[in-house]
Amino acid sequence: MSIRHGLLALLSQGARYGYQLRAEFEASTGATWPLNIGQVYTTLSRMERDGLVAPGEQDEQGRVVYAITERGRSELERWFSTPIAQSDRPRDELVIKLAMAVTAPGVDVRGVVQAQRSATMRALQTLTRAKRGADLPQRLVYDSMIFQAEAEQRWLDHCEAVLGASPQESQ
Amino acid sequence: MSTDPVSRLTEVTKVYGSGEQAVPALRGVSLRVAAGELVAVMGPSGSGKSTLLNLAGGLERATSGTVELAGVPLAGLSARSLASLRRTHAGYVFQDLNLIPSLTAIENVMLPRELDGVRTRQARAEAGTVLGEVGLADAGDRFPEELSGGQRQRVAIARALVGGRSLLLADEPTGALDTPTGDAVLQLLRERCEAGAAVLLVTHESRYAAWADRVVYLRDGQVTDTAEPLVSSR
Repeated sequence: MSIRHGLLALLSQGARYGYQLRAEFEASTGATWPLNIGQVYTTLSRMERDGLVAPGEQDEQGRVVYAITERGRSELERWFSTPIAQSDRPRDELVIKLAMAVTAPGVDVRGVVQAQRSATMRALQTLTRAKRGADLPQRLVYDSMIFQAEAEQRWLDHCEAVLGASPQESQ
Repeated sequence: MSTDPVSRLTEVTKVYGSGEQAVPALRGVSLRVAAGELVAVMGPSGSGKSTLLNLAGGLERATSGTVELAGVPLAGLSARSLASLRRTHAGYVFQDLNLIPSLTAIENVMLPRELDGVRTRQARAEAGTVLGEVGLADAGDRFPEELSGGQRQRVAIARALVGGRSLLLADEPTGALDTPTGDAVLQLLRERCEAGAAVLLVTHESRYAAWADRVVYLRDGQVTDTAEPLVSSR
């Protein structure tokens, strides 16, 4: 996703200052996607160029409030109604690492699997602790990360079972 | 908080059958669960998870090694003393809850205490307290079929903990539940830990194991690795 769609979603609830957008963006993503204020203003100026947002007058402290435009609203609507394609996601280093570990000579593949599984479980434990006491939008963000980590664990279990059954393993 | 383990297994082995038919289920497993601690055991089917749970709770005896419950080594106990120790210290939660359909929630929770020889009035009071602790203070008079899946699981957990049992052994307690309800069960187990119980949880789902302080992986009857958070949750 792009930061711009997140900002549009926040602005659809009313006009906001840049610093407000930053704080609310981080709050609603469970602080899992930190933004710096520079990113926010760079994104806002590109959105202004593209006609998605309109700046108001500067206040006495030099702050500008941004509002969503009609065009911004239809862009946001398009974003919500379009599913994310799998191919838009970055390649997974772990998948490549394991495929290479199986191919390369002298690698303890089962050791690679176990080390990763322990590390992913620690990450899952951290996410689960963070989820306790999170409010609803944050909780859904943590749940998503938990499901992804869980899928990785299942895949690692699967790899271990497949490797155990494979004759190559005993070489 | 006491750091004496409520459950301790040291170099435990378990072999089913003998001679050529001998099937080793556990091969030298050591594990401790302290009061206030939630430990999860994961592993593929046949890895020895449920055997480990049964040994820790004294439902089965180890072939070698030592198993202690509340500091008492189980090997030397008569069947009768073992049953008594088990009843006062360990409670079970299974996937199929084994609630008795003709008894109300509070009667189900009272049952193990009445079997302990506690008078009905006191058993009812204890059951009421622990039902309150699991958030079911008002559901005591309902029958299992009048409760949701998550509520039934709460009753089963209350029954496992009634009478101050310090070790809760949970074998796939989230088995048939959807994920939000499964999460709620783990939340409840976690709360019972924080109130001082020791919980040993067998699960094959990492999302539930992640609620634990420690996650132990079993494979072919041996511990292959252990995951602990970098910072203790307590």
